[in-house]
Amino acid sequence: MTVPISLRHDETFVLNLGPQHPATHGVLRVILTLDGEYVVKAEPVLGYVHRMHEKLAEGGTFAQFMPNTARMDYLHALAFNHGWALVVEKAAGIEVPERAEYIRVITVELNRIASHLLWWAAFLLDLGGFTPLLYAFDDREKIIDLLERVTGSRLTYCYMRFGGVYNDIDDEFITGTRAFIKRLRSRMPRFYHDLVTHNIILIKRIKDIGIITPEQCRRYGATGPVARGSGISYDIRKNEPYSVYPEFDFDVPVFDECDSMARYMVRMHEMEQSLRIIEQALDKLPDGPVMGKAPKVLKPEAGYYYSAVETARGSLGYRLICDGGKNPYKLKLRSPTFSNLSLFGEVAEGMLLADALAFMGSLDLVIPEIDR
Amino acid sequence: METSIWRALFYLVGIMAFAGLNAAYLGWCERKGAARIQRRIGPCEAGFAGLLQPLADGLKLMSKQLLVPQGVDGIIFRVAPVLAMIPAITSMVVIPFSGNIEARAMELSVLLLFALASLGMMAILLGGWASGNKYAIISSARAVSQNLAYEIPMLVTVITIVMISGSMNLREIALNQMGGFWHWNIFRLENGHFLTMWISFIIFFICSVAETNRAPFDMAEAESELVAGFMTEYGSMGFGLFMMGEYLNIVVGACLTTTLFLGGWDCPFGKTPGVWWFLIKIYMLIFTFIWIRWTYPRTQIYRLLNLSWKILIPFSLANLLITAALIKVF
Amino acid sequence: MSGYWSDIFTGSKSLVTGLLITGREFFKPVVTEQYPYEVPTMTPLFRGHIELIGNEATGQPNCVVCGMCQRACPSTCISLDGKKAEGEGAKGKVLTSYVLDFTKCSLCGSCVESCNFNALRFSKEYNLASFDKNDFIMDLLKRLEDQNRCKQ
Repeated sequence: MTVPISLRHDETFVLNLGPQHPATHGVLRVILTLDGEYVVKAEPVLGYVHRMHEKLAEGGTFAQFMPNTARMDYLHALAFNHGWALVVEKAAGIEVPERAEYIRVITVELNRIASHLLWWAAFLLDLGGFTPLLYAFDDREKIIDLLERVTGSRLTYCYMRFGGVYNDIDDEFITGTRAFIKRLRSRMPRFYHDLVTHNIILIKRIKDIGIITPEQCRRYGATGPVARGSGISYDIRKNEPYSVYPEFDFDVPVFDECDSMARYMVRMHEMEQSLRIIEQALDKLPDGPVMGKAPKVLKPEAGYYYSAVETARGSLGYRLICDGGKNPYKLKLRSPTFSNLSLFGEVAEGMLLADALAFMGSLDLVIPEIDR
Repeated sequence: METSIWRALFYLVGIMAFAGLNAAYLGWCERKGAARIQRRIGPCEAGFAGLLQPLADGLKLMSKQLLVPQGVDGIIFRVAPVLAMIPAITSMVVIPFSGNIEARAMELSVLLLFALASLGMMAILLGGWASGNKYAIISSARAVSQNLAYEIPMLVTVITIVMISGSMNLREIALNQMGGFWHWNIFRLENGHFLTMWISFIIFFICSVAETNRAPFDMAEAESELVAGFMTEYGSMGFGLFMMGEYLNIVVGACLTTTLFLGGWDCPFGKTPGVWWFLIKIYMLIFTFIWIRWTYPRTQIYRLLNLSWKILIPFSLANLLITAALIKVF
Repeated sequence: MSGYWSDIFTGSKSLVTGLLITGREFFKPVVTEQYPYEVPTMTPLFRGHIELIGNEATGQPNCVVCGMCQRACPSTCISLDGKKAEGEGAKGKVLTSYVLDFTKCSLCGSCVESCNFNALRFSKEYNLASFDKNDFIMDLLKRLEDQNRCKQ
């Protein structure tokens, strides 16, 4: 429900949706100018979690940057690992064995499902439904236990290496993953759709809220579920394929309604598609080594390299400039959430405050990724 | 009814004990109920099964500093939490717990209960306004508009009950429903009332959830987006009193629903009426309040008012007309 | 106006369905693990802080003080020291001190991966909480000696 700004009178006050939130987005400050309950102006202020990752990359070798990639977006850390591995392998010309590629895809997709589950839980927590958080975390624990069995970590994975992955997967992981796929598929219709998606209170709360036109998406460079909820069908896994994604048969859900409900449905369908990818990958998993030939000390040729991966929040780009030495000369990350959040100022104008917060929840923000 | 001093003392102590125990242990019930719905154990360390948890919470709240910010209206700020508790406890004077257990039988007890409910709403308004905090004022203004909008269908539904029972005395209304669940107002198998009575019950139940500011209608207090609504500036026992007042409102709402619709202290099969049936019924209703809170997300303020003005009021008015027609015909 | 009635009916149905789902969950057993009464076992590949691997026979660390782990670590949390081996025919260095600053460690595994002499592995310690920062400056040689003593 939006009201044109010209109809309102001039008494506004400034509210600081301060860096400390009761909600779960992270350390984000939004300076809201409110007129009663309507948002007149919203200005996100960033930089509270700036840890200079990109500068840190210049201080160490290529391999020493791998743990930093996981700390940026801790919810989809394996995709960040994957992107870094891809760009350095492109720079140094390292070949990755097939089994390692398949394992990378399986773990990245499992992590994507975990990220979307946490988004769902946090979104509903913002809206006031406390129980779905625990149902989602029940499933997320299963994923994290599986990934712990393989990588050793639960949240910030440092699992991929240049030329493959660190550990091989064993049979218990494969049976566990298949059991998990079955379990999530059986739980989805009940706990996710019947309890929440079809709930009239939720539908009334997020339908027609936060309309982002495709033209706005293009102007701000929004990608991921934000763009796919507005009708733009762009997924790096299909449009600029990398790794072994061309070998899998999966759909990219795109909805045209441009509201928060569309973004919600995109993410729910993406979870189902990730389950399909994992199933196919497990069926086709080849044997072989999990680590390719990579020199101990990497000295790629000087040049500009770029590679993009699709994370749960959008398209993540690594731009690497090498000068022939052991350390990167410069690294720049194109963070998906940064472009998604830039939309907030323009779209939130004229919304009610609670609606603006529901809209912010539907954008799926992870602030450490914006601030790096 | 004799007016001996012992009777007055007995009821005074009894009602205060009932109110106090409920206010404290409903919090425990809510936390355990929420936990079980979420497949976890609630409080379990403080005492057996966490039964000493309310005591621990009370001690903690009492030991904190009662902060009165500068610039608040001194008297109203301190009075508002107490004012939140008073109507709830006073309402228990007229509720018939059983055939013999009722502190005071009044001819207009229904009217008294609704008047006291409005007083409770005043407490929220005063608390929010006296805080001098702009978010508190916004939130208490919302709470007042919500309470007002939901009192109307509640009253219209109660009018249908009063028309059927012919009296505003809660005791008479309960006595009218004795004899088994088919006589209860929710079913009312005679005179064709069963067609509309269940709609009345649902409307009344939704209104009591909204009146007590419980989820999914808890915009006033659980503003997890901003701050704690009208209770922002309240410290230890002020906050404690507001929360206890809210729980007692729930108890009074459940008692009222039971008396009006579920037959009061009647046994479902008409055998042995007694106070135990009353208590079982109100606790089942309170469990439903808790169940509803932990299942649904919050509504929006305009949707909430939409629900009341556009859906509940037309339905309750139509209900009233149908009931009046049925009474006239039969 | 047509949405009015369909809203009421589908809405009420969805609300009741939601209630039934949570109602059923009320009676199911808990899924949480009651720590500290039920202690979890860590998986084989779990990454606790690193520890030295001792020789099966002698109990001495396998470490030859090459310093690869120190160089590979992105957070410079390893500091090790060795002295020349004594005795006849003894070659190489002997480890005299190996200190891990766990406050900086990110559990990336570069040290374990870079060691060619099978001297480092991840422990299974997860119960690390303390009021004192110095508890996290870990002396891994002492830890190895304590482990050897416990084995006897």
